[in-house]
Amino acid sequence: MSEYTVVPFGPQHPVLPEPIHLDLVLDDEKVVEAIPRIGFVHRGLEKLVEKKDFLDFVYVAERICGICSFIHGLSYCIAVEEIMKIDVPPRAQYLRTIWSELSRIHSHLLWLGLFADAFGFESLFMNCWKLREQILDIIEETTGGRVIFGSAKVGGVRKDISREKLSEIVAKLEAYRKEIKGITDIFMRDASVKHRLVGVGVLSKEDAYKLGAVGPTARGSGLAVDMRRLGYAAYGKINFQPVVENAGDSYSRCKVRIRELFQSVDIIKQCAAQIEEGPIEVKVTGLPQGEFFCRTEQPRGEVVYYAKADGTKFLKRLRVRTPTFANLAAMLKMLQGCQLADVPVLILTIDPCISCSER
Amino acid sequence: MNQEQKIINITPGQLTEKVRELSDQQFRLVQINCTKLDAGFELNYSFDKELELVNLRLSLSDFDAVIPSVSGIYLAAFLYENETADLFGAKFQGIAVDFKGNFYNTHIKHPFNPDGPAAPEVK
Repeated sequence: MSEYTVVPFGPQHPVLPEPIHLDLVLDDEKVVEAIPRIGFVHRGLEKLVEKKDFLDFVYVAERICGICSFIHGLSYCIAVEEIMKIDVPPRAQYLRTIWSELSRIHSHLLWLGLFADAFGFESLFMNCWKLREQILDIIEETTGGRVIFGSAKVGGVRKDISREKLSEIVAKLEAYRKEIKGITDIFMRDASVKHRLVGVGVLSKEDAYKLGAVGPTARGSGLAVDMRRLGYAAYGKINFQPVVENAGDSYSRCKVRIRELFQSVDIIKQCAAQIEEGPIEVKVTGLPQGEFFCRTEQPRGEVVYYAKADGTKFLKRLRVRTPTFANLAAMLKMLQGCQLADVPVLILTIDPCISCSER
Repeated sequence: MNQEQKIINITPGQLTEKVRELSDQQFRLVQINCTKLDAGFELNYSFDKELELVNLRLSLSDFDAVIPSVSGIYLAAFLYENETADLFGAKFQGIAVDFKGNFYNTHIKHPFNPDGPAAPEVK
């Protein structure tokens, strides 16, 4: 009979930018089971909704995460707008889509860099982050912020992008496409990278579905789960298909994110071509009463904002189910049967964001 | 926007059966969420299939009520159930992986329901 060893992994570990703890049950070097524990940085931001004006809470929502901050703010705004039956102007919807896709590009590049770092490819890490800086520059030029955009608001957006600036962004992204290709080809072709990723941490399509996986984790296993298909913001007017890969391994999840970089550039180009002049916000009057489950697609996958209001200026309840939380069960499944040395890489393949999960 | 919201009110006795029905129809578990009401609380179990969102709503008058776990049907439910137990003090029976109040490491037990039931004893 085998004798198992339990190795504590985290909450502090070089590969983890944020704290999560796993008890890894090992049979020699092979992981038999992984048991998670979270809550080391739980902030109780959902509770704060009971004390913050519903219009001001968007600032808190944006601070739930430093990577997908804009989409957190956007999701909150959509939830409130749906409850209050607010029609957001079309121009604001396109601007929301553009900033959402810029968020996706910078998030995926950040992840590619961290991923390269996790398997010891330092120069690749630096080059990914160098490219990400250019996206952050565009975000800063259009919103004034690099991490917290501060541009989402209930009823529209706070800032506009001029036609000239949009043309400039599109031209930059076109040039940028070649640079992305140069970097991402290394992920896709380099023998040492493929050695660490191909066939590692396979999550079958059935398991991904049963375990409620979302985002690139689900799409890397052949599931076309993409909330942008719901048509929120301007996605209903944009021509795109979810990026899906079928192998279900770490390489597949990486490939989904790489293909999504190019897809995001295409979506921004479409937005720039379709956007029309007009107002960027409507005045919000009255108080919210009702409830709504809002689902949007963050870089890491589907996020759910449940808002419930009772006709006062404070919401009764706000619940945020983040993509990382949804992907935890899938991650535990991937870890079963893997080698101990692959654990850091596998954890990173779901692009974990614990600050989101701990909200 | 195409975000249809379907809410079905159910009783604790119907929960397992209804969840199994949705599982058989290949619905994906999206989330489980708890909301404190003036008297008691409600749980929303959300499921998705081809972008159709179905919510099963369970309303209970007090936090001492025992809720059957659905982690035997959707394993991922154990995360949501432990979270709800830790933050609200809701009591679930038969969670596949029961952390007994130790999933979230919060300073205050049941921070979303400080007047609720006492935290379970850790053995």
